[in-house]
Amino acid sequence: MKRFLHRSSSSLIFSGFLILLLLASLAGCAGEEGKSPAGGEKKEAAAANDIRIGVAGAHSGDLASYGLPTVKAAELVVKDINAKGGILGRQVKLLVEDDACKPEMAANTAAKLVSAKVHAVIGHICSGATKAAIGIYKDAGIVAITPSATNPELTQSGRYPNFFRTIAPDDAQAKMQVDFALNRLNARRIAVLHDKGDYGKGLAEFAKKFVEASGAAEVVLFEGVTPGAVDYSAVVQKIRGANADAVIYGGYHPEASSIVMQMRKKGMKTAFLSDDGVKDTTFIKVAGPYAEGVYATGPRDTSSNPIAIAANEAHKKAYGSEPGAFFLNAYAATQALLNAIEKAGSTDYEKVRQALRSQEVETPLGTIHFDVKGEAVGVGFAMYQVKNGVYTEVE
Amino acid sequence: MEYFLELFVGGLTRGSIYALIALGYTMVYGIIELINFAHGEIYMIGAFTALIVASVLTLSGFSGVSVLILAAVFAVVYASAYGFTVEKIAYKPLRQAPRLSPLISAIGMSIFLQNYVLLAQTSDFLPFPNLLPQFDFLAPYAAVIGSTELFIIATTAVVMVLLTVLIKFTRMGKAMRATAQDRTMAMLTGVNVNRVISNTFILGSALAALGGVLIASHTGRINFYIGFLAGIKAFTAAVLGGIGSIPGAVLGGLLLGWTESFATGYVSSDYEDVFAFLLLVLVLIFRPAGLLGRTPTGKV
Repeated sequence: MKRFLHRSSSSLIFSGFLILLLLASLAGCAGEEGKSPAGGEKKEAAAANDIRIGVAGAHSGDLASYGLPTVKAAELVVKDINAKGGILGRQVKLLVEDDACKPEMAANTAAKLVSAKVHAVIGHICSGATKAAIGIYKDAGIVAITPSATNPELTQSGRYPNFFRTIAPDDAQAKMQVDFALNRLNARRIAVLHDKGDYGKGLAEFAKKFVEASGAAEVVLFEGVTPGAVDYSAVVQKIRGANADAVIYGGYHPEASSIVMQMRKKGMKTAFLSDDGVKDTTFIKVAGPYAEGVYATGPRDTSSNPIAIAANEAHKKAYGSEPGAFFLNAYAATQALLNAIEKAGSTDYEKVRQALRSQEVETPLGTIHFDVKGEAVGVGFAMYQVKNGVYTEVE
Repeated sequence: MEYFLELFVGGLTRGSIYALIALGYTMVYGIIELINFAHGEIYMIGAFTALIVASVLTLSGFSGVSVLILAAVFAVVYASAYGFTVEKIAYKPLRQAPRLSPLISAIGMSIFLQNYVLLAQTSDFLPFPNLLPQFDFLAPYAAVIGSTELFIIATTAVVMVLLTVLIKFTRMGKAMRATAQDRTMAMLTGVNVNRVISNTFILGSALAALGGVLIASHTGRINFYIGFLAGIKAFTAAVLGGIGSIPGAVLGGLLLGWTESFATGYVSSDYEDVFAFLLLVLVLIFRPAGLLGRTPTGKV
């Protein structure tokens, strides 16, 4: 079904884009008036001994819905903190700047924030824009935390020591599956399969890369299967012929259930690991007893987190609507940043970076801190296993 | 060698699945030269009927073979009724129309039935219970062949033989062959052509429903869309073997199944469809009417 949803959602996005274009042409005029009080605020902010935090991202254009919830999250956290007397005895001021998700605009946005002497930045939202801006912040010695830029390279290149994020990168699922297969299941011969789709193939390619990079195991099979086929016995025989001790599958549940069922019917006990396209109750319903023991990664459950519940409530109270995309990630980013400044005792670049890495902080996403590369530890995906017909988180 | 055998059996199963559905295509084409695109949907409706009946029966305490037989009978009857009705509504009024009209009507019927099941049932995949009995004597060979696979292969073989006998040696078969050769002439000699065509649709739909029960037991899941995907491959098989020919449909199905299975096994499943359609193109280049199809002699 997801394939169909994609199709309809792309046309939805397109018509949404047209509407936004119309609205944006109207909003252009309104924006001019709206800006003058913000400018006044900025002067006021510069005058006082405030902690200045830039909030940069897509606040206009067709991806504004990805960026605006972050502004709201930052405002909510800062309002709370300021009501309690601020941090280090200083009030926190937000400087909101738009990059429209465009890399060329993001560089300007970054330059603007640097010249406004911000101490840290929440943002940017889009991966491309973040890449364009992050170098400018690095040269100026400013830490940036993004709630939404998932491009793996941002952390893995090692070029941006000032970069942090409160969202799992694109390859996190594949990384988790490979680590789990290697370290917990002791798999040494891994078959990587996918459904030839963007999502499944992308994940499978990452998985292949990680297995090869580990040196501890080899990829004995890397293939795409035809979605919707009546029978997968040939590829199942191939898995057996390759003597694989684990299968990592990138794709959705219909094909996964067929492959798992045929493997089990043929008496194969090979471990089966998959992604959040398979972490779906339909998978268990369809594969029935054969689903038992299957592993799948999926987003960590935050619905029972009291901070997340409180943050969502605060949003509804302040803005009268349900929060939008990446709201909780942005909430966590702001909390983590302010907490780090407080623990560091200053806004000094090195000290804040150290504090982000060493200090744990309670957020809507759980208790998090950051690793050397800037990835949030404790955010993102968890490994689940089917036990007695339900997906149970593997400790 | 064992690997080869496994792939061979896998291809045989897959091919038998294609063949079961292809038989319906080929019969209808043989009689009225119509590609019945709604055939895949009849197969899907058969599978849905069997699922509903089997669920009800299992809840009311039936078990084992009785569920299989009753579910299969219901599926066959219900799907045949659909096949019969589809022909009466969508094709019969267009019998004198240009060739393209019933074809479009068939595509419309296919879309209609898919969406009807989507709305009446669900868009989700539903689990399909394995209704077929499991033979203990096959347990040691589970890696190569399971009971379900054996059942599918055997059913296809039996059905092909019965159909051939029916067409070659019975009155109805004779009437069908006469209708296929020349509809007007058959009518003049007293053949009730409308009934023959109806019978063909009923027979084809019954086979599709039977296929639906077996194949859904094999794949373990159904949704409203399975008919379309299976239908395309079965249609390919029918064309490969020579559309209109009964043994041709089976041969085409098996060749297609083996090609896909060996292509996956020895090359890569990425190229499964590439090899399948490469085979089709090659066969059609050298034998445009398909492997066992008769080249039509032009009427001058």
